[in-house]
Amino acid sequence: MPTHVMNEALGETRLDKGAQGLIGKPLDRYEGRLKVTGKAPYAYETRHGEGVAYGVVVTAPVAKGKVVSIDTLKAFSSPGVIHVLTGDNLPTNSAQPSGDKPAIGGGQIHFYGQVLALVVADSFEAARHGASLVTVECETREGRYDLDAERPNAKVPPPGNMPPDTARGDFERAFAEAEVKLDETYRTPSQSHSAMEPHAAVAEWQGGQLTVHTSCQLVGDNTRQLAAALGIKPDKVRILTPYIGGGFGGKLGIGPEAVLAAMVAKEIGRPVKVALTRQQVYQVTSRRTDTIQRVRIGATRDGRITAIGHESWCSNMAGDDYFEPIGLSTVFLYAGENRLITHRLAELDVLMASAMRAPGEAVGMLALENAMDEMAEKLGLDPIEFRKRNEPDRNPEDDKPFSSRHLIECMEEGARRFGWSEREARPRARQEGDWLIGIGMAAASRKNLLAQSSAEVRLEPDGRAIVLTDMTDIGTGSYTILAQTAGEMLGLPMDRITVLLGDSALPESSGSGGSFGAASAGSSVYIACEALIERLARKMDCAAEDLTLKDGTAVAGNRQVPLVELLAGEALSAEGTLQPGNATKDHHQASYGAHFCEVAVNAVTGETRVRRMLSVCEAGRILNAKTARSQCLGGMIFGIGTALTEELVIDDRNGLLVNHDLAEYHVPVNADVPQLDVVLLDKVDRLASPMASKGLGELGISGAGAAVTNAIYNACGVRVRDYPATLDKVLEGLAEGGGRQ
Amino acid sequence: MNPFSYSRAAGAADAIRLGAVAGTKYLGGGTNLVDLMREGAEHPEALVDVTALSREIEEREDGGLMIGAAVRNTALAEHRAVRQRYPMLSRAILAGASAQIRNMATIGGNLLQRTRCTYFYDGEGSRCNKREPGQGCDAIDGFNRNHAILGASPACVATHPSDMCVALAALDASVHIEGRSGKRSVPLVELHRLPDGRPDLDTVLEPGELITAIELPALPLASRSTYRKVRDRASYAFALVSVAAALEVESGTVKDVRLALGGVAHKPWRAWRAEEALRGQPASEDAFRAAAEAELADASPLKDNAFKVELARRTIVAVLGDLAGAGR
Ligand SMILES: Cc1cc2nc3c(=O)[nH]c(=O)nc-3n(C[C@H](O)[C@H](O)[C@H](O)COP(=O)(O)OP(=O)(O)OC[C@H]3O[C@@H](n4cnc5c(N)ncnc54)[C@H](O)[C@@H]3O)c2cc1C
Repeated sequence: MPTHVMNEALGETRLDKGAQGLIGKPLDRYEGRLKVTGKAPYAYETRHGEGVAYGVVVTAPVAKGKVVSIDTLKAFSSPGVIHVLTGDNLPTNSAQPSGDKPAIGGGQIHFYGQVLALVVADSFEAARHGASLVTVECETREGRYDLDAERPNAKVPPPGNMPPDTARGDFERAFAEAEVKLDETYRTPSQSHSAMEPHAAVAEWQGGQLTVHTSCQLVGDNTRQLAAALGIKPDKVRILTPYIGGGFGGKLGIGPEAVLAAMVAKEIGRPVKVALTRQQVYQVTSRRTDTIQRVRIGATRDGRITAIGHESWCSNMAGDDYFEPIGLSTVFLYAGENRLITHRLAELDVLMASAMRAPGEAVGMLALENAMDEMAEKLGLDPIEFRKRNEPDRNPEDDKPFSSRHLIECMEEGARRFGWSEREARPRARQEGDWLIGIGMAAASRKNLLAQSSAEVRLEPDGRAIVLTDMTDIGTGSYTILAQTAGEMLGLPMDRITVLLGDSALPESSGSGGSFGAASAGSSVYIACEALIERLARKMDCAAEDLTLKDGTAVAGNRQVPLVELLAGEALSAEGTLQPGNATKDHHQASYGAHFCEVAVNAVTGETRVRRMLSVCEAGRILNAKTARSQCLGGMIFGIGTALTEELVIDDRNGLLVNHDLAEYHVPVNADVPQLDVVLLDKVDRLASPMASKGLGELGISGAGAAVTNAIYNACGVRVRDYPATLDKVLEGLAEGGGRQ
Repeated sequence: MNPFSYSRAAGAADAIRLGAVAGTKYLGGGTNLVDLMREGAEHPEALVDVTALSREIEEREDGGLMIGAAVRNTALAEHRAVRQRYPMLSRAILAGASAQIRNMATIGGNLLQRTRCTYFYDGEGSRCNKREPGQGCDAIDGFNRNHAILGASPACVATHPSDMCVALAALDASVHIEGRSGKRSVPLVELHRLPDGRPDLDTVLEPGELITAIELPALPLASRSTYRKVRDRASYAFALVSVAAALEVESGTVKDVRLALGGVAHKPWRAWRAEEALRGQPASEDAFRAAAEAELADASPLKDNAFKVELARRTIVAVLGDLAGAGR
């Protein structure tokens, strides 16, 4: 099986030559038509009819305590109810992505809304009614729900996505001696992924073999987690997840619904469907942590950073070490000899904190990029100029070279297109009626990750190709770019490529997460195709590099042979595997961008409306200009939500999750999102992967919210450091500074 | 959601007959009631669908309107006479919910939609006197950013969520009601109650009473009126504060005014005090501010919603200022 270890840069590849002309093109989504015509079934829609039973989850009514008893008698006698699953071994919520299985309750209640039971009935309605008849008696205990209060008890967590502490030089001294200083604290609330498709699973056993249709991002890990939760071997479990209605990190670890469906399907010997209600998705999957972030920047009077500090506090459940890598970008984004980046983790009796779109950057850059703006103002420098003066030529953490870095180009391109030169540095300089107008910017960066990934590519005798991998498409465009990659490599038009994804029976991929999917899974397809090309070259009697494949024809020298003829009835198949290697270790790799935003702030009410937004993004080779743009748009919209509206409210008296539905957890709606512009700088980063692409999916959110709050400041002179910047917080500043009234 | 029966009333008489059975609820578009049933906040045993009640919007000779209870929110907002004679009503309706919900929602249902207090919705984890009289209120010391600043009681600090009702309160609308003991008409401002000791009672309706119509009297000054809703996102969010206002200015003096507030109380809040303070006063920012302050003098904010007082004051002044400016 051909394996490529990413130790060094490849030279020019077929993706550069572009004989078939597919890579980079803004092609429509491979499965787009199925999706918009309702023919791409989600997990819950896969199994109908006779014999199917329905499960509805019962959750904990308190946040901390002990289960004394669960009375299921009434539920059992309710019409249609078949079974009520209770016990100490039920999963409380989703698994941590890096964990081996979901946590179990053990008779204790660890957070509000934890899974306590599953009522199973012949219909969904009967199960739901049955669930409402289950009564839970519990002993309630005092819990800890407030990060601010627990901050003094926070501990140094073990290394996770990054080490908890990164330091260089003598930060404290350099900061103390700096000519100009900034020391501010920022707060961000807990957030929820809020994917459109709620978590759902359909489980069915055939003998000892389990098949589960569910909605998940990492098929390989999720299969092992599910098997571990059930105490069976992973090869007894098959997960199918071909179409997914969004994940954003909320489906990285196996969900409780999949485990419950499988447990109860076994007990009752019937296929069982379990869907979480929207409220339950908020309660029993995972959340993004709340954060407190202190940023200190010291600089010379001419704007050279001498000390940069980013200390952060976040939360998780007792016994869970995952911490949000809040300072990930602070490590490398700006120069400065003296650096201190720390992470502390406090225990809260609140739902598990885990990865959500751009874990780390999405919230860390809110603080960092706000602070950069504040510091630029102190220095009397334009925010872009200040950033430029602190552009490092090597990773300031360890002096390793960057694989590629185009931050300044992104900022300059964006500034030119957005009309940055017309910005008034002084706040409140522009007013249209009641609306104060301002513009702001922020840098974007997202650390590049690569993960092991395998795919099989088959060339059928009829000249069609099939790509097979357990990779997922969570709405990002995986189907499309994998088809484009295979088509480009093998010289086949899109309609001759079939892509099969989201099935644990297929070669194990990286899955979708951390923006590593396109480069990792794409590279595996590339490698498999290279192996096929070798074999085709042999058939053509030429060296692989002398073989051109285009429109289903093999061309070498003056010979042209249709693929079908060359295959002569034979099918060819190859599996390719990508492994991360030294190229990642020897270089610092990240994607970069710049966000620009214009807002209008109502001088009477403090309402903020985003009027236009532009993000210039650089992520190596752009594989599909349309799906790449869509990824950036999604990130920018997340950024708007993060800046203005999104907050998972936890009642700090009792741990209750207050706003657990889409009416009250405010993601941006259409009216909040103006025309957004995305400019993709098409580069190649050959050290990043054989695809020469870097991670893009999370770049759009990284820093985006800070561009919004920086624009708010420019509009009205109010600096909100406690996200989200809801109108009450803006109003407070307006009232102090005087508005229309 | 418990099992329930469903029937469809042919008309008002039929509905009242079917609605007489205890445990019965009328069903309009179902956009609120069905949610509450799913959440376990309502558990009717029988639903009587009343969407076959009148869907007429009848124009009276004097310029008033009689609006059937089954008129959809969208239809009322789009009606020509409403847009011309009562623009604040059209705007208020369009500021609420989403197009899909407005297409389903009836006028009768909109009047009787229940509070969005999250503690009221969450029966599993919270205490609520509206849901379970005597149980206690978790909102009063809880997360109460969206709650009332006027007219609340120690038993309940919830707000009435309707936008439409705020406009109706300003427009002197009345509600036509039928029950087994006959017909009556109640001014809209008296339909909804303040919570006092019985927050479980949202309105003065007796069990089984049916809303058949809303009557809007002719009100020439309403042709220059508006509705301003201030909320957390540009659409699809309930009001933090809203203002419905109509203003008639003659030679710089306020001749007449109608003013009502949303998002501040257990009922749509008619700003009587502000109106009184304004009539005969110069149409100036100072007078608008004094009127707003008179109305808000009794405001008693909670832990998280003090901003509403300032927000209401500013919004009232701005809305009246705009209306006065437009009239000059
Ligand atoms: C996500 C969401 C957002 C929303 N946002 C807003 C908003 O911003 N602003 C706003 O104003 N509203 C908003 N709404 C609420 C919406 O306006 C109401 O749900 C709708 O108006 C209710 O009308 P309906 O016909 O569907 O009522 P139903 O749900 O059918 O009934 C509501 C109540 O009225 C009773 N009822 C219905 N008809 C009669 C009658 N003729 N006589 C006596 N009783 C009757 C029912 O028994 C029930 O108690 C929102 C709703 C949702 C779901």
